[in-house]
Amino acid sequence: MTTHLPILQVIIPLLAAPFCIFLRIPRLVGIFAILVSAAAFLVSCGLLQQVITAGTISYKLGGWPAPWGIEYRIDILNVYLLLLVSAMSTIVLVAAQTSIKKELPEDRHVFFYTSFLLCLTGLLGILATADAFNVFVFLEISALSTYTMIALGTDRRALTASYQYLIMGTIGATFIIIGVGLMYMMTGTLNMYDLAERLPEVNTSRTVLSAFGFFIVGVCLKLALFPLHLWLPNAYAFAPSIATAFLAATATKVAVYLLIRLVFSIFGIEFVVTVLPMQEIFMVLGLAGIFAASVSAIYQLNIKRLFAYSSVAQIGYMILGLAIGTKLGLVATLVHMFNHALMKAAVFLAIGGAVYRIHSAQLIHFAGLGRKMPLTMAAIVIGGLSLIGVPLTVGFVSKWYLVLALLENGWWPVAILVLMSSLLAVMYVWRTVEWIYFTPPRINIDDVTEAPLSQLIPIWILVLANIYFGLNTSLTVGLSKMAAESLYGIFGGVL
Amino acid sequence: MNILGLYNYWIVVVLMLIGFYIVIAHENLIKKLVGLSIFQTSVFFFYISMGKITGATAPILDEKYELYSNPLPHVLILTAIVVGIATTALGLALVVRIQEAYGSIEERDIQEQDAHDQLECQLEAYGPSSMEISDEQEQDE
Amino acid sequence: MALSAEMMLILTMVVPLIAVGGIAAAHKYPNLREAVTITASLILIYLVSSLYGITKAGGVVSVQGAELFSDLALSFRIEPLGMIFSLVAGYLWLVTTIYAIGYMRGHHEKNQTRFYCCFAIAISSAMGIAYADNLFTLFIFYEVLTLSTYPLVTHAGTKEAKNGGRVYLGILLSTSVIFLLLGIISTWYVTGTLDFRAGGIFGEEHRKAAAILLPLFIFGIGKAAIMPFHRWLPSAMVAPTPVSALLHAVAVVKAGVFTVLKVCTYTFGIDLLVSLPTRDFLLYLGCASIILASLVAMRKDNLKARLAYSTVSQLSYITVGALLATGSGALGGAMHIATHAFGKITLFFCAGAIMVASHKTEISQMKGLGKHMPITMTAFFIGSLSIIGLPPCGGTWSKWYLMVGAADTGKWLVMAVLMVSSLLNIAYLLPIPLKAFLSEDGVEKDRSFQLKEAPLPCLIALCFTAFGCLVLFFYPQPLYEIARAFLEASGNYVR
Repeated sequence: MTTHLPILQVIIPLLAAPFCIFLRIPRLVGIFAILVSAAAFLVSCGLLQQVITAGTISYKLGGWPAPWGIEYRIDILNVYLLLLVSAMSTIVLVAAQTSIKKELPEDRHVFFYTSFLLCLTGLLGILATADAFNVFVFLEISALSTYTMIALGTDRRALTASYQYLIMGTIGATFIIIGVGLMYMMTGTLNMYDLAERLPEVNTSRTVLSAFGFFIVGVCLKLALFPLHLWLPNAYAFAPSIATAFLAATATKVAVYLLIRLVFSIFGIEFVVTVLPMQEIFMVLGLAGIFAASVSAIYQLNIKRLFAYSSVAQIGYMILGLAIGTKLGLVATLVHMFNHALMKAAVFLAIGGAVYRIHSAQLIHFAGLGRKMPLTMAAIVIGGLSLIGVPLTVGFVSKWYLVLALLENGWWPVAILVLMSSLLAVMYVWRTVEWIYFTPPRINIDDVTEAPLSQLIPIWILVLANIYFGLNTSLTVGLSKMAAESLYGIFGGVL
Repeated sequence: MNILGLYNYWIVVVLMLIGFYIVIAHENLIKKLVGLSIFQTSVFFFYISMGKITGATAPILDEKYELYSNPLPHVLILTAIVVGIATTALGLALVVRIQEAYGSIEERDIQEQDAHDQLECQLEAYGPSSMEISDEQEQDE
Repeated sequence: MALSAEMMLILTMVVPLIAVGGIAAAHKYPNLREAVTITASLILIYLVSSLYGITKAGGVVSVQGAELFSDLALSFRIEPLGMIFSLVAGYLWLVTTIYAIGYMRGHHEKNQTRFYCCFAIAISSAMGIAYADNLFTLFIFYEVLTLSTYPLVTHAGTKEAKNGGRVYLGILLSTSVIFLLLGIISTWYVTGTLDFRAGGIFGEEHRKAAAILLPLFIFGIGKAAIMPFHRWLPSAMVAPTPVSALLHAVAVVKAGVFTVLKVCTYTFGIDLLVSLPTRDFLLYLGCASIILASLVAMRKDNLKARLAYSTVSQLSYITVGALLATGSGALGGAMHIATHAFGKITLFFCAGAIMVASHKTEISQMKGLGKHMPITMTAFFIGSLSIIGLPPCGGTWSKWYLMVGAADTGKWLVMAVLMVSSLLNIAYLLPIPLKAFLSEDGVEKDRSFQLKEAPLPCLIALCFTAFGCLVLFFYPQPLYEIARAFLEASGNYVR
């Protein structure tokens, strides 16, 4: 049983998803989804334990050996993210039980859970597999179910947002298969580790360069790197709050994972840094994304859209960490992926709690809510502080490592820019705080009360996690360091 | 090497660009999806022609033949075709819902209606003074 | 009750936080709520005084907290300078609470629970700053102090208050994030430690780095309000007067100059400091702040604004004292923390008392007020003398040592600046009580309401602090001894 954990990780939610439709009773389906997600979480815990004690696990699907069959390979990097994704989905699903009652019509609940589980399958699959084409398949599974979830939003703009995402996402995914195809042409293999061995022989050919180009553009579309982020703000703003919380916490992180795999495991950092000016490109785009998106966030009227722009900015930090190209930079990126998931999940779930009560995500309707929903609003504030990078929160840990990595590499001006950018975060977070706490209510909120307990508990678990992982970083930093070591280990690194 | 020797790749590139152009240039949501399908189809061609070896036959083992085409890309692309169908189906379903919600499937009409919604939010947030400014901006556009 | 010294140290931070819970729980019963605050402040005084007794007897009290990340730990240790700061903040919290009860009730302020809660958090973080044993711990509490005082600044909730709050938060956070955090991370990167050590942590080989880092620290500690980063202090004057009194004359600004002193003596070390090429520039910038702020103060008709600029000027005394890098300079700076605290809080108490009793905020309206409010105006007079540095008030001593420090270095310009500034102090402070007592017009004609002294709690508080000013003159020995102990602890001596 335990030897099959890698496949169980993916297959449990995959099989459970259609089963949801047969169960039919929304309440039952909801609880079932939680159980499935919790099972996935347990599996990833088991995997973590196995990876730490026995090292990288290689699982051959159907018993076919690696270059021919599909291999699932679990190392410290993907187990770290498997853990994150399955934990987030479990927490978010708990809050979903009540939240979607107000945001979705009754007959759609079952479909929502089905898409949710399919999306989870896709994300876990991308993380687990070591086969480049398999990545594409899982990418599309998660993407298609994401489009569905977004389109379930109540606002009609959810439909256009979903459509827009569908167009952009499909183009991105198609770019990725073009890249995979070109790589296959040159090497005759689809296994990532086999690719990594064979690519160096041909890596000066133009076919490989264009394969890399297609792949990277496709992945950057998926992870919403500025300026390919245009689909993200609307998608997050109009999707059901639960979907937003889940996507913000996991989807872009998985895309960043894919980028890391591509850069470090398949092509190798030396190729990426020496053959192409990726360091400069990533640095410029990362910084541009941080500033442009943070400034846009300041002017948003819809609070979900505001934090969606903030997500785009935060992705800029992750890319910047990659751009540094050192072990410490990679650690900064990996730590921030985890930490950002905690912050955004907390913020978006708390917003979901408020939307549950006031049926609006307009910032002005949040005016005066600080008094009516102190616990929910405090969660937004703490999540916001974490985004800014205030000490004692996870955001500070991320910022610390990023700035340290930049200094270590001698990039002083970039370090200053990164710190300056956190002031933009202060501005958008504080604009929210002013509306929530220091503005008289604009709508009738007399009978508004705290969010229901089933949402408040997940929200506060996340908020406390924001503080706990800001104080105790042995899990996040420890695993990130191990992952960075192993990624650099493959190619010796260019530290 | 003859520039037309790799004509299959030329077809792929031309189809890809046509598809991409349609996605970008057309206002009509259905036409965009058509473009997207052409774009994806070009990739199918790419994979299929990749596996073909001149003079080779289908990979059914037989003593008469020695040269076989590579079946793997063909198998892969079957999966991709299924994904493509699912994407198109979902896209069309969305267009139907958009037509119901907005009464149009022209991108410009939809954007205008969204801009109007946005303006109302602004009005509610900042009062009529902001409305005048936005009106001017709208006229400028 | 036998508490270990370590326990007491922790309790100084925990007691105010427990009080927050009590205050929040008792929000419906104002009397109970204020009783909780007063009890907490009495306990705090007991703790701080016992700690003083222990350290005076030569005991070393330190607490090593959990290691967070990158070998950084939350750790606390009592050293004499921190003792001065904590004693001042602890005692004045009680006084200010008593004053606040009179003021807040007399002024019918809203949101009083939030006010007392934030106040207690601010005190808790001030204690954390005072006892921090490394820059990292200090930075954490420094930021908490900024954030917890923000709601106090915007207390009124008016547009003006919100704008003031924005400037306050904007300047304090931006300086601390851009300069101070960068300085701290760089220091850690250069030296590998952030501990406060006698003689500093920079070796000879780090001279160049230290020269660059010094301005980062001096500008980064925005709470020390050195020009051009002083604007937050006048902006913060929109806060209720007890806040201005305790936080913007004592806790927050003193946290700033305390940090400056501590960084100059324990991180850089006086010996290194004196040889840094950037020091002279900063020293003269401090001098310019002293003079310019005094000049601006003269032109302000609003009493609180004038006092705010006076504070900016006085804070630069301490910064200059630290940057003089002589034993006497640091000694004078340390003593000035206490003497200025008593002087300035008296003045603010008086300003608030005048506002509550007569609703006057402009100096030009205060002529002849002395007849109606003799106690208040007498206290104001004493406070003024202390700020100016004239006998029989405590300010005399600290200014004396600052002068001696300037003379030691042979920097005659600094001496001249201190002299001129004292004259300017006379020019902008003394006319207020003199006109109040000696002028005839103004109040007599305005008989629309009965003009009398402020509520009793206010009077008690301001008499106490005025008395404190006098005590510090006649009985400066304890203060001098701690300041001297501070010099010894930091590895210096006074001739």
